[in-house]
Amino acid sequence: MRNAVGDVQTVLVLGGGSDIGSAIAARLVQQGARTVVLAGRRPEAYAQAEQSLRSAGATTVHRVSFDADDTDGHPKVIAEVVSTVGDLDVTVVAFGVLGDQSVDEHDPAAAVAVARTNYLGAVSAMTVVSQQLRTQGHGALVVLSSVAGERVRRSNFVYGSTKAGLDGFATGLADALQGTGARVLVVRPGFVVSKMTAGMDKAPLSTTPEAVAEVVVKGLAGSATVVWAPAALRLVMSALRHVPRPVFRRLPV
Amino acid sequence: MNEILLTGWGRTTPTRSRVHLPADTDATLRLMADGNGSRGLLARGLGRAYGDAAQNAGGDVLDMTSLAGIHAVDVDAATVDVDAGVSLDTLLRHLVPLGLFVTVSPGTRYVTVGGALACDIHGKNHHREGSFARSVLSFDLLTPDGEVRTVTADADPEVFWATAGGMGLTGVVLRATLKLLRIETAMVSVDTERAGDLDDVMARMEARDDDYRYSVAWIDLLASGAAMGRSVLTRGDHTPLADLPEGKRANALDYGPKALLSAPAFLPPGLLNRLTVRAFNELWFRKAPVSQIGHPESIATFFHPLDMIGDWNRIYGRAGFLQYQFVVPFGQEGAMRQIVEELVRHQCPSFLAVLKRFGPGNGLLSFPSPGWTLALDIPAAMGGLGPLLARLDERVVDAGGRIYLAKDSRLAPHMVPRMYPELDRWRELRERLDPKRRMTSDLARRLQLL
Repeated sequence: MRNAVGDVQTVLVLGGGSDIGSAIAARLVQQGARTVVLAGRRPEAYAQAEQSLRSAGATTVHRVSFDADDTDGHPKVIAEVVSTVGDLDVTVVAFGVLGDQSVDEHDPAAAVAVARTNYLGAVSAMTVVSQQLRTQGHGALVVLSSVAGERVRRSNFVYGSTKAGLDGFATGLADALQGTGARVLVVRPGFVVSKMTAGMDKAPLSTTPEAVAEVVVKGLAGSATVVWAPAALRLVMSALRHVPRPVFRRLPV
Repeated sequence: MNEILLTGWGRTTPTRSRVHLPADTDATLRLMADGNGSRGLLARGLGRAYGDAAQNAGGDVLDMTSLAGIHAVDVDAATVDVDAGVSLDTLLRHLVPLGLFVTVSPGTRYVTVGGALACDIHGKNHHREGSFARSVLSFDLLTPDGEVRTVTADADPEVFWATAGGMGLTGVVLRATLKLLRIETAMVSVDTERAGDLDDVMARMEARDDDYRYSVAWIDLLASGAAMGRSVLTRGDHTPLADLPEGKRANALDYGPKALLSAPAFLPPGLLNRLTVRAFNELWFRKAPVSQIGHPESIATFFHPLDMIGDWNRIYGRAGFLQYQFVVPFGQEGAMRQIVEELVRHQCPSFLAVLKRFGPGNGLLSFPSPGWTLALDIPAAMGGLGPLLARLDERVVDAGGRIYLAKDSRLAPHMVPRMYPELDRWRELRERLDPKRRMTSDLARRLQLL
């Protein structure tokens, strides 16, 4: 259960290999969470993440197998997690793939693969988790969207479009969950220096998984429904949103 | 049945429950037997517990205020037989004109008898008369096996003391018989004195509390330096008829408290900040007489001053507030002092902080135990509040003290066994009454009580 100063007890990360996901879990553990479930495609690879969560104070860490693309399997995975650890105080939807724009925009199968993981997988996971949150009458769903989805750009529209879809779904779900005791926090980070972006050129206003985690924890403590990381991106994006398309298309972003 | 969000009085952590209005005992019985889902069941009174004690996320909640009959008042024996959902407000409106008063009254009339028993509440007379359960002659407890037991402290001490202070987790209290106090008038004669600092107020309380039935000190937690812990100490007893002016004796038991005003539904956040609270505290301290003997006050003014403002919890705005109440044993005055110093250092904007002395305690999870208790309200949005209170918890435990579960909304679960050494014994007894764990609450989940 969440307490009156915003601390939680149980955290589920869908996408246990995600740097941002595990940074959020670590931050919540520092604030008193004791049980963490890291769920992802390669649970055997999360040993180090488990270790650092334990040294931060987690008493129970489970690593479970979860494949975002296997949407039929989602209900079973979530049900098993709940039967092991009980109520989900915070669930982080952290999985996603960046794809390779230059390939994906010409290769239908590759483009669909990105969409399957980032959009279909997330839609399924969010729906399954939201059912659990309705049943338990409380809990927060943290959804990692992206500024890339806020106005989709020429340079990464395959990825961007999946985040746009995910963002829209999560925002609508947040409204649907009003009054149920459950809530959704949509997170829109900019360029995050992490495994996912390794080897890429840093964009302006780039940030780190830890900084994103900080923003998320602050948002959870209050009643935020959307947060940007870094916060300045909110202003940047609200300006970019109104740039005429012929200009936007040519922007080096 | 109504699916709604519930919070405690502090308005933090809303969760959703199916709230039922049990029309009578049979209806309550059916609900309990239904086993509606796996999220359990909990009785709720007037929702004055500050945290999540009367919430049951995703489960069923019985709104006991619909079972609120007063069955019989025995004026000669000074007892009353009531439904558990009756409020002390309703009860006092019946009893005071008959020359009777509840043996233990908390700082608000808006609690139910069932809630008072479940939290084993205390009043300003704990040093003399103990907690609420001590005035409960018997109660009817509906347990999840469908049985209704009539429980007394003599015949069934285990069930009695597992339920008193058991936070509603042993079953549903349906009805209770209370021992009452005889009063001759509806007035209280109050002695007031100002104390310049914490040592001063504690010395005054230690010296003369036992001469008074009621005693409490309001303490200014923003004053620092030499004035740290400055307080207004008010002590008194019910006024005897002979002390009333002759003209007032005919109507000595008139009693009709009214709420003067209600806080508006929407208030801006941050209304209570260090500046406004400091100004209030200064005024409150200055307006108190330096020393005054036998001042006549009404029952409402003396016992329930905050009830004059309806929904006063709204003044904390949307983020809500919490109350921190702990007790440390006598002999641990140093710990109390350190905690007050730390609160003053953090300048918690608390205009409602009270210091009291407890007498002997009882029960397994019942809060009061001999020592000093301090209670303070704090806005939940205050920066650094979680870590500050966690540090204070450690100090409290180190001093052999505990915090009050009825007020709690943020304690860490591993602290509970350190504060309540009888927790395992309570668990055992509870398990016997409710092996299927039908009874539960958000508090029970958060603190892993079951």
